[in-house]
Amino acid sequence: MTIISGKKREKIDRLAELAAREDERGVSLWQDAFRRLRRNPAAIVGAVILAIFVLVAIFGPFFVPYGPKDTMGIREGVVKVGQGLIPGPSSEHWLGYDHQGRDVFSRMIIGARQTLLVGVVATLIGLALGALIGGVAGAAAGLGGRWGRMVDATLMRFIDMLLALPSLLLAVSIAALLGPSLITVMIAVGMVSVPIFARLLRGSMIVQSNKEYVLASTSLGVSKSRIALAHVLPNSLAPVIVQATLTLATAIIEAAALSYLGLGNPDSSVPEWGVMLADAQPWLGIRPALAIYPAVAIIITALGFTLLGEAMREALDPKLRK
Amino acid sequence: MFRFIIRRLLQLIPTLFGLSILLFIWLRRLPGGPETAILGERGTPEMRAAIRRNLGLDEPILIQYGRFVKRMIRLDLGTSISTKREVTTEFLQRFPGTIELTITAMVIAIGIGIPLGYLAARRRGRFLDYASVGGSLIGICIPVFFLAYVLKAIFSENLGWFPSSGRQDPILGATRITNFFVLDGLMTREWDAAADALWHLVLPGMALASIPLAIIVRITRASVLEVLGEDFVRTAEAKGLTENVVRRRHVLRNAMLPVATSIGLLTGGLLSGAVLTETVFAFSGIGAFLAEAISNRDYPVLMGFIMIIAVVYVMVNLIVDLSYSLIDPRVRVR
Amino acid sequence: MALLEVEDLSVSFARRGQRTVRAVDGVSFTVDTGEVVGLVGESGCGKSVTSLAIMGLLPKQPGLTVGGKAVFDGTDLLQLDDRSRRDIRGRDIAMIFQDPLSSLNPVIPIGLQVTEVLTRHRGMKGDAAAKEAAQLLDRVGIPDPKRRLKEYPHQLSGGMRQRALIAMAVACQPRLLIADEPTTALDVTIQAQILELLKDLVRDSGTALVMITHDLGVVAGMCDTINVLYGGRVVETARRRPLFREPRHPYTVGLLGSVPRLDAGRGERLTPIPGSVRDLLPWAEGCAFAPRCTRRVDACVGQPPELVSAHDGRSYRCVNPAPPAGATPAAAPVDPAAPVDPAASVDPAASGEATSAGGQVPAPREEEKP
Repeated sequence: MTIISGKKREKIDRLAELAAREDERGVSLWQDAFRRLRRNPAAIVGAVILAIFVLVAIFGPFFVPYGPKDTMGIREGVVKVGQGLIPGPSSEHWLGYDHQGRDVFSRMIIGARQTLLVGVVATLIGLALGALIGGVAGAAAGLGGRWGRMVDATLMRFIDMLLALPSLLLAVSIAALLGPSLITVMIAVGMVSVPIFARLLRGSMIVQSNKEYVLASTSLGVSKSRIALAHVLPNSLAPVIVQATLTLATAIIEAAALSYLGLGNPDSSVPEWGVMLADAQPWLGIRPALAIYPAVAIIITALGFTLLGEAMREALDPKLRK
Repeated sequence: MFRFIIRRLLQLIPTLFGLSILLFIWLRRLPGGPETAILGERGTPEMRAAIRRNLGLDEPILIQYGRFVKRMIRLDLGTSISTKREVTTEFLQRFPGTIELTITAMVIAIGIGIPLGYLAARRRGRFLDYASVGGSLIGICIPVFFLAYVLKAIFSENLGWFPSSGRQDPILGATRITNFFVLDGLMTREWDAAADALWHLVLPGMALASIPLAIIVRITRASVLEVLGEDFVRTAEAKGLTENVVRRRHVLRNAMLPVATSIGLLTGGLLSGAVLTETVFAFSGIGAFLAEAISNRDYPVLMGFIMIIAVVYVMVNLIVDLSYSLIDPRVRVR
Repeated sequence: MALLEVEDLSVSFARRGQRTVRAVDGVSFTVDTGEVVGLVGESGCGKSVTSLAIMGLLPKQPGLTVGGKAVFDGTDLLQLDDRSRRDIRGRDIAMIFQDPLSSLNPVIPIGLQVTEVLTRHRGMKGDAAAKEAAQLLDRVGIPDPKRRLKEYPHQLSGGMRQRALIAMAVACQPRLLIADEPTTALDVTIQAQILELLKDLVRDSGTALVMITHDLGVVAGMCDTINVLYGGRVVETARRRPLFREPRHPYTVGLLGSVPRLDAGRGERLTPIPGSVRDLLPWAEGCAFAPRCTRRVDACVGQPPELVSAHDGRSYRCVNPAPPAGATPAAAPVDPAAPVDPAASVDPAASGEATSAGGQVPAPREEEKP
């Protein structure tokens, strides 16, 4: 017989006690997802990029050294576009001048705010409209019945129509309808993502409506509309939120594309990265950096949203949960 | 199968009908009209009215729409206001270019994307995996038109390897049959014309391929990883099959299912990307023409082109659904 | 000489930032030619991992360590390179898996999934392979085999799928067949048919069978020798009859006590084992079962219990085993399949506890009936 140390005996007792108890640990989907998000390096990188971007967008414009409209380069005679003279970075102008003699650094910082604004508002427009259509269709499909099915089918046909239109064409015609402006870009980019959100929410709601807990609630006598609103909808939101994060990335890129096509804000005194990129095209031969700065800024920001969105998708994927 | 196709085509009709109504109302609401595009700011009100009457734009919108539908049923899409040519002719002349470009992009995206995604999955957690996942992330985040400019600047303007614009060198005076320039060159045995057309496709094709390539790499990788963990792969291994057979027959075939779906969706989406790429490379497809039609308020062209594009989009997805049922016996089309 | 000799097999998974999991922790057992051996235990006790390790089918991942030996016909399977292992798999050792639907490739017809084994190991091609495949399907009791060859897994019923999997496994007349919970995913009546089929195949061809299961009913109906696993280690080994008549390890006692019996008196309760497999003590620190054990004594903790060999080739790993049911060893030629009246075989001297534990045979299955 061996002598058991007190510690060992303690451990055994604890384990025995554990064994006798039912397993009580239950972590909610969101808590669990957040915990796994924190462990994912891609999510951390994405979050850091976005944090910097948002901070710059909010506070940056208060600290910029020069006004975004100040064409000092031309006034001082250092920028002579006709002679191919657009000076690069210096200690006073960190990123040099643009073709109108304005300070690129200041414009980049202020542009961050505009870009964030376009991305967020466009996504919100798409999300709101898409979620409305998808939510109604999903709820109607869940309610069933002749009317429910009809509402669902009609809405989905409408969404199919939107999908069949090339997205950029949709945006271009909206822009043509409203005239070039920042608002136009926001609405146009937002409209493009409406079908995605609508289909996603509807599909997700239909999946949820077929889950057992819905059956359980029905058997308990909970009303159908209450089930749709209080149970099905909240449980269907995860993929929509993930998609919104990813859409923020595409919104920024598509906004840049619209600006490039000349549908963005015609008043270039309010700098936006897409507009800056488009404006820089004629000067690529002289100073390619003028295009590279906003392009890289767009790519990195889009990367931040994409990284975070993908990591969220992974974290919320029940297949990957353990 | 046959009934499935018929039903899908019948479903197309209400979609097209709804789309045409939407488009009609929408286009008429655009500020200005073709008369502004034709006359500019100078025209007198009388001249404007005359043009509108000529084009039948002074009639009530319902009658205009009725006329459109009547023509539509006879597959007549009308005449372009700005070029005075039949919309169908314009379309047949320009659409082949866009199709060539789209096919080139998809060939690049599939040809590189699937092997790369597969290798990334097999070498999970190693350099190639990180490189391709990282590369595809960046590929998704690069604005297509910027990539197009960069490619043009590097490979065309600096290195001079590829032509910077157009679909074919006009000096060649190539014969046109189908307006698919590569195909025409092959059919007429004008090899240099075919090669030149192909050469013109490389850069815009690469730019356009960036997003589908990135997405195909990611989907293939994720799908292969998932299939590798499936029970039937373990069964195949337990049978002692060679690695080659396990990979090809059991892993790749199953991993291709989600990839096939995404290829269909991406092909449809490329039509949009093509607008930007065509603009950068002055590539005469439908993209640039459509953008122009919007600013000219060329209603017949806009209506006709968008309707045809919608049909093409639906057809592409129909083909994808059909091919899906060919690779996956569990999916039966009804 | 034993056909397969597994000695001190251990499998551990090390994950970054997490503690190492020892899924299999020193398993030893032997399988003789033509013998049916059972590996029994709750889910998570390491029985499936053991079989996958023997087959070399554990998913290759960083942190995976396999130790010990698995000697098959003189060669240590664990030391083989990938090529030789692929040569043996499917030809000399074959395996049947738990879930027949997910274990079959959904996009390939059944026929190809059978013929590919024939092509690989027996060099058969074309019509010859198709003919042989049809014969195999026929042999495992699939009606209309020619038509079935062209069908896909989703077109077959659960039982037919498992039969198809069995056909693939016996295609090369392997000397050893490992069946990992082959009936768990099936309906009870189908279960009986599949077990019957396996029994026939094994008897006719002299193939040895390792039966991995948590179902004591399966074991009672088929196995010659039974190994009870707990916490990745064999805790008791015995021939079938002695094990059911007088289990010595408290875990075996517990397993038997959790099974409903037809011959139990009315109102007699099942005695479940408290807790779950996760509540285990590392073997290095004592008996892994100690936290859940009702016969726990101080000696259970501190060092791993030695394997005690008893008469009749049985052995158990316990310092305080359940007392034997009878004074005489279990040599009485009682048909283990027939319901045993506990009172008949119990020595009056034995304690009451032994009475409740010993002499239990789970409800006989349908296929056991003469």
